Amino acid sequence: MISTGIVTVAYIAAMVLFILALNGLSNQETARKGNWYGISGMVIALLATVLGVVTNNYIELMIALLVGGSIGLLVAKRVQMTAIPELIAILHSLVGLAAIMVGYANFADASSHFTGIDLTIHDIETYVGVLIGAITLSGSITAFGKLSGRIGSKPLTLPGRHIFNLVLLVAVAWLGQQFVVQSAVGNGMLPLVIMIALALVFGVHMVMAIGGADMPVVISMLNSYSGWAAAATGFMLNNDLLIVIGALVGSSGAILSYIMCKAMNRNFLSVIAGGFGSSNVKALPVGDQEQGEVLTISATETAELLMSAKEVMIIPGYGMAVAKAQQIVSELTSKLREKDINVRFAIHPVAGRMPGQMNVLLAEAKVPYDIVFEMDEVNDDFPQVDVSLVIGANDIVNPSALDEPNSPIAGMPVLECWHGKASIVLKRSMATGYAGVQNPLFFKENTQMLFGDAKDTLVEVLAAL
Amino acid sequence: MKIGVPKEIHTGERRVATTPDVVSKLTKLGFDVVIETGAGMAANYADDAYGEAGCKIINSAQDVWAQSDIVLKVQAPEGDENTLLKSGQTLICFLWPAQNPEMLKDLTQRGITAIAIDSIPRISRAQKMDARSSMANISGYRAIVEAAQHFGRFFTGQITAAGRVAPAKVLVIGAGVAGLAAIGAAKSMGAIVRSFDTRAEVKEQIESMDAEFLMLNFKDEDGSGEGGYAKVMSDEFIEAEMALFAAQAKDVDIIVTTALIPGKPAPKLITSEMVASMKSGSVIVDLAAEQGGNCELTVPGKVAVCHGVSIIGYTDLPSRLAAQSSQLYSNNLYNLLAEMTPEKDGKLFVDMTNDVVLGATICTEGKTTWPPPAPTLSATPKKVAATPKPTVVEKKKSVFGPIIGAAIGALALLGLGGVAPADFMSHFTVFVLACFVGYMVIWSVSPALHTPLMSVTNAISSIIVIGALIQISSTDDTIKWFAVFTVLIASINIVGGFAVTHRMLKMFRK
Repeated sequence: MISTGIVTVAYIAAMVLFILALNGLSNQETARKGNWYGISGMVIALLATVLGVVTNNYIELMIALLVGGSIGLLVAKRVQMTAIPELIAILHSLVGLAAIMVGYANFADASSHFTGIDLTIHDIETYVGVLIGAITLSGSITAFGKLSGRIGSKPLTLPGRHIFNLVLLVAVAWLGQQFVVQSAVGNGMLPLVIMIALALVFGVHMVMAIGGADMPVVISMLNSYSGWAAAATGFMLNNDLLIVIGALVGSSGAILSYIMCKAMNRNFLSVIAGGFGSSNVKALPVGDQEQGEVLTISATETAELLMSAKEVMIIPGYGMAVAKAQQIVSELTSKLREKDINVRFAIHPVAGRMPGQMNVLLAEAKVPYDIVFEMDEVNDDFPQVDVSLVIGANDIVNPSALDEPNSPIAGMPVLECWHGKASIVLKRSMATGYAGVQNPLFFKENTQMLFGDAKDTLVEVLAAL
Repeated sequence: MKIGVPKEIHTGERRVATTPDVVSKLTKLGFDVVIETGAGMAANYADDAYGEAGCKIINSAQDVWAQSDIVLKVQAPEGDENTLLKSGQTLICFLWPAQNPEMLKDLTQRGITAIAIDSIPRISRAQKMDARSSMANISGYRAIVEAAQHFGRFFTGQITAAGRVAPAKVLVIGAGVAGLAAIGAAKSMGAIVRSFDTRAEVKEQIESMDAEFLMLNFKDEDGSGEGGYAKVMSDEFIEAEMALFAAQAKDVDIIVTTALIPGKPAPKLITSEMVASMKSGSVIVDLAAEQGGNCELTVPGKVAVCHGVSIIGYTDLPSRLAAQSSQLYSNNLYNLLAEMTPEKDGKLFVDMTNDVVLGATICTEGKTTWPPPAPTLSATPKKVAATPKPTVVEKKKSVFGPIIGAAIGALALLGLGGVAPADFMSHFTVFVLACFVGYMVIWSVSPALHTPLMSVTNAISSIIVIGALIQISSTDDTIKWFAVFTVLIASINIVGGFAVTHRMLKMFRK
């Protein structure tokens, strides 16, 4: 048994280590070290708590830690890199579940002895922690279903869904008030349980209403929620470590959501309200005017074009992940680089289903990270690019975002590959992207379409090189 | 249906209407192809190559004409060929119906379906079939090659041990397809290139090729006519233009002229005085020679030397690059045939509702169908049709918004401070400071690492396990098992999150 003072010092050390862990992610060189800081922080915090707070039931504790840890390790080793968004979503749900469990158990623990204003504040903290935990839990499970394709990725737009959300919100607030009142006289379990049920429904409904390409926002948002849930639990337990970590994670997720929203030029609230393109933009006749001729190109011609280029820019999108083409893309890249062709990758912030997903996939395929660039770093270089290879991307290279003020995606920053000498778009068909907007890029004179499954066609291109 | 490709009989014509590559593509469309022996010889396509591509080689021109349903040619039929052409046959070649009304009448009366590749409408969809553009491109390139042949100096400037060589100065008049090709060729040989065009819209294209666009000090007058061609300009404009040319003639070494106005004789832009003012040894290449020439002294088909200036008036420049022009021309024909064979079953379908077919077919089934109704779409007017400038609506941010927000926030905090115990407030302080630290730290995270960021924050948010650890020693069994379960799921998250982050970060390498 170690003293409370030592435990507090250990917690402070853990906080510092966690902040260093996040700070390490500022670039690839320090990132691995950062992860080790995070692990050490966690070990110190757990050790201090086990030694300083836990008084018995050590065996159950160890078994739970070992079983849980082994499952976690197994999952982490087995998971496919294309399935990372799903994994993150399901892990978020676990944090949500843990928040509910801790909150519920804390409330059920009769040994607590608060009175007056302290009790009220304590009850509100419990209530809020459980509420956020429940939304995170059901929202993350729904997001997991959508990302893994178990649930269709189309937004579910119930009639009157805003009213429904509002009713839920009011009900949750009223139940909160009831909970505080009843808790003062030793009751309160019923409002808490009903609230959990309502919050679960709310989480499911919220994520169901959001479409596939808005997933980056949703995942970041759930990430943020899992942090706030931890922070609320920290208040409930009067534990500064939980509060600090919760605040760090919460603001991290919030910033990511903000970045994603900005990259789509969308308002955070309108993403959360869901149902993209359902209200004011649908009246627009999109894509029915004469667009011009689509030029197609064969794999062999693509290879020739690439060989004659000096500057090649590859723009991957979610389609590359779906076709699992990153390995072939990487081989293609190294082949071109051997021939002294400068190959770079341009990554749009919302390419893929979660922030940074493209970078991870490319890294997995052993594409060196110093040729992978963010949109803002390379967007001005397109006039010097000989060939842009657009792989499974659509809305993020749509010129109408810039020159079509009525377009649903107007104002969204896009990769301006049409300023280059030639663009080759790999696509399965002429179908529109997530936003349902026709893409004038495909009809530009310097754009050629290479139809087919991205992986198969790239294998052909590679063979022709 | 059977496609026949006879050997061209026009004097000096070296092109052929089909290359071996295109033969195999036509076979895929379902056509049988026959070719007259030696048809591709002048363009360096041997009979054997055609044979390998699946083409039958026939010895006499008569047999080719007699057997085929569709005849592909370069030049319009002449002499004996007219008698070989039979009713019901489809002929595709350059026909120039505007210049040859007699021939059009004759073809109509004999029940020929004649498709003039020169009358393909200039809409973007039909660019791949536009043989005029592809031939003009070749002419422009060849014009520079011919100029180099007759020019006694380097194009590029050099500084050598034996002295300095000044770069040649080239003036290209008319920046259409041919003009731009000439600019490109001259530029890549190292010359200083200037260009003039009455159409202001081509300024950008000229400058994109790194050539200088010569401006005319003249009130706004744009020479853009229908279908991307130039129109006749006003007298004042022409006067100013001529003054510019006269000044340039004294300075430049090579002039390439490409000025054509559809249906009119070529405008005379280079007078004999201007030629006389040029340096001896200079070269003029007149790509408008066939329509009378842009230079007064041009002799169509010949090289004339006047005042020490070589004036090249060849009218067969594409034919002088026969292999290249045959390749592009036969691709144009193939694209047209593919458009007209929608089922890919080897049956040609003359669909008069198709803009392209309607424009190019000059007669069919005994009826003259030329000229077609005016095209509704053209590449240039479409561009001109002013797209409304995206109006930037500047949202005026109210100064009161943030102030009101701050006031409400301050009041809420004051309210909280009023009722909450000191203990809570100290936790709250920690919370607010941590939010700020998070804000600062997260903004510096590289966007490439956002996925690892999410997995690592996920792992550390499982610090919530401490809540369960506090409860695990409870004597109440329910609470104990709740806590055990929470420890279990939280540890999945801790180990899983850190391990997957580690795995991802390991992959990032230079």
